[in-house]
Amino acid sequence: MNIDSDTVVIRAHGLTRRFGELVAVDRVDLQVPARRVYGFLGPNGSGKSTTIRMLCGLLTPSAGEIEVLGLRIPAEAEALRRHIGYMTQRFSLFEDLTVRENLEFLAAVQGVPKAKTKARIGELLGQYHFGDRQKQLAGTLSGGQKQRLALAGAVIHEPELLFLDEPTSAVDPESRRDFWEKLFELADAGTTLLVSTHLMDEAERCHRLAILNLGVLVADGTPAELTGRLQGRTFIVEAADPRRAQRLIVDVPGVLSVAQVGNNLRVLTAERGDAAESAAGIGQRIDEVLAHAGQTAQTTATPANLEDVFVAATRNDAKHAVQAA
Amino acid sequence: MNGRRLWAIVIKELRQLRRDRITLAMVVVVPVIQLVLFGYAINLNLRGLDAGIVDQANTAGSRALVMDMLATDVISATQKADSPQQLMAMIRRGRISIGIVVPPDFERRRIDGRPVAQVLVDGSDTTVQNAAAQLAQTPLDSALPDTRAPATSTPPLGRISVVSFYNPQRVSAINIVPGLIGVILTMTMVLFTAIAIVRERERGNMELLIATPLTSTELMVGKVLPYIVIGLLQTTVILALGIWLFDVPIRGSVLDVYLATGLLILANLSLGLLISTRAQSQFQAMQMTFFVFLPSILLSGFMFPFAGMPRPAQWFAEILPLTHFLRLIRGVMLRGASLGEMRADVLALVAFVAVMMTAAILRFHKRLD
Ligand SMILES: Nc1ncnc2c1ncn2[C@@H]1O[C@H](COP(=O)(O)OP(=O)(O)OP(=O)(O)O)[C@@H](O)[C@H]1O
Ligand SMILES: [Mg+2]
Repeated sequence: MNIDSDTVVIRAHGLTRRFGELVAVDRVDLQVPARRVYGFLGPNGSGKSTTIRMLCGLLTPSAGEIEVLGLRIPAEAEALRRHIGYMTQRFSLFEDLTVRENLEFLAAVQGVPKAKTKARIGELLGQYHFGDRQKQLAGTLSGGQKQRLALAGAVIHEPELLFLDEPTSAVDPESRRDFWEKLFELADAGTTLLVSTHLMDEAERCHRLAILNLGVLVADGTPAELTGRLQGRTFIVEAADPRRAQRLIVDVPGVLSVAQVGNNLRVLTAERGDAAESAAGIGQRIDEVLAHAGQTAQTTATPANLEDVFVAATRNDAKHAVQAA
Repeated sequence: MNGRRLWAIVIKELRQLRRDRITLAMVVVVPVIQLVLFGYAINLNLRGLDAGIVDQANTAGSRALVMDMLATDVISATQKADSPQQLMAMIRRGRISIGIVVPPDFERRRIDGRPVAQVLVDGSDTTVQNAAAQLAQTPLDSALPDTRAPATSTPPLGRISVVSFYNPQRVSAINIVPGLIGVILTMTMVLFTAIAIVRERERGNMELLIATPLTSTELMVGKVLPYIVIGLLQTTVILALGIWLFDVPIRGSVLDVYLATGLLILANLSLGLLISTRAQSQFQAMQMTFFVFLPSILLSGFMFPFAGMPRPAQWFAEILPLTHFLRLIRGVMLRGASLGEMRADVLALVAFVAVMMTAAILRFHKRLD
């Protein structure tokens, strides 16, 4: 398959999955471009894993259509299997096999040509820093090492499309950088990656991302597009008594969330206030309220980050939510 | 089916098994313990059983016979009785385990070659029964050489009749060991595969496996193959111990023994797989295994004679692989029959394997829902 960068590899329309009464994924529309790292951002239980499972053909959708690499899923899921790699959220390699044995098993099962198997495993052991640990049982690896091994296992057959479900949840920040280097290398080599996460700094690295909340896709686009949409709606308030200031600001009409960051408060406002004033107008109202209460404080506009995007997308109704970060 | 993928599963299973000490121990220790427990419980050479003796003949010959029996130390005469009826009452009350009756026409019977004495046994205790069988072999002619019957090296069997109450089947180690092969294999083999798939689901491996090109058939067959080897190993352990400890004969061909056992192993493994596709947890799998194991032991003819069971129980027992295996293995080992002569039971086992395996493969979906 010859895929250039503007081909769409995953297309989903009206994707829905119900578990009894619960709607875990609710009418999600998705388009994932080739050779890109596509992020799935969402809190616990937002339906990230469920969506990924449906896209790999492991779960049958309750409604909606899926097309992955030109194959209709779940009907043609079996044909899709040889082209994808899937790293599950929970460690799913065999804990009672060694690092090397796990890779040998996956190479055979994924159909890596016999003649190439040895070289490929050697290559992966080197790239993923398992040279001196190949005889260690996978169950005795640390959390981060397990995730590294799982990634090595998922790419052993050089799939065109990789699904990674929270691949770095147990990786320390230092190694996470290393991990993401690998993901970009894979994307450069022509692999399409779909990565789920609930970490903002990871989401920021993705070429594109979709934000899920309660099973609903609430926003998608490049990180720059997403933060750009919040232009002018974020403020930093430096206050002498941040706790008290926070309680005051929350009640200002048009304020979506107030989060304490160190001694400062990060305020996200709605697009328009109750009196249809602009976001900047809401900023002024904050100053007035604080001054009226005798608080010494200074409000300045600040560029939006993905966390703001996330909060804006998920907390439209939670006007009184107080978030301590 | 792709040979390389199938082989990958087999190797993986064997590697995991090698590191699983408990399962490995189960493979060897379970048959040894079961065999020794069952076998010795039945075959104990008891000494000093309480006995009552009624010698109604009271001739030199009859007294010599009684002395010989006492000399074996198997029994000690603790109770005095005057009639067989009195002995039976004593057995019923549990005062004695063995009663010996020498009838008044002892000398006549000896000349006619009819049974010369009766050993009454409390058959509700199988160990006692074995002791009685041993007693019944007391050579009649040792003390008083009989000119009419030239002395032979083999003891005159059947000259003393043993009447066993409460256990007319007279089950012995020889009967038990072939059946025990079946029971042990039913217990261990079903459990191995019943757990096999559920365990991978519980540990999360299954989500990885079903996202690969592995097919259901490869997965199922790959899980069964290693355990066939394990099962045959177990069989060898049981057979070797049975021959060594209990002189169990193999009157038919050894190949037939292994073929019949192989069929039972396959039947149990495929049943286990089917359980595994149903069970939600390893605990549930064990419960279901037990649910199969109990009727197998009770209804197959291992514990109670098949012919004595009510009709519906017999019909039900015909579904159980162990029932057919017991007929086959007893036929081959004890009667020297060949599998060809017991085609119906062979076919029943083959059919069972085919149905269970197909059902397991069909029931297993490469899906999480
Ligand atoms: N097999 C299932 N049966 C019933 N409910 C399920 C099942 N799988 C998922 N759910 C529910 O669906 C919702 C979405 O779950 P999902 O695992 O997709 O969330 P997630 O975004 O991956 O969360 P996390 O970040 O915690 O991994 C949750 O409310 C979960 O309880
Ligand atoms: Mg998840």
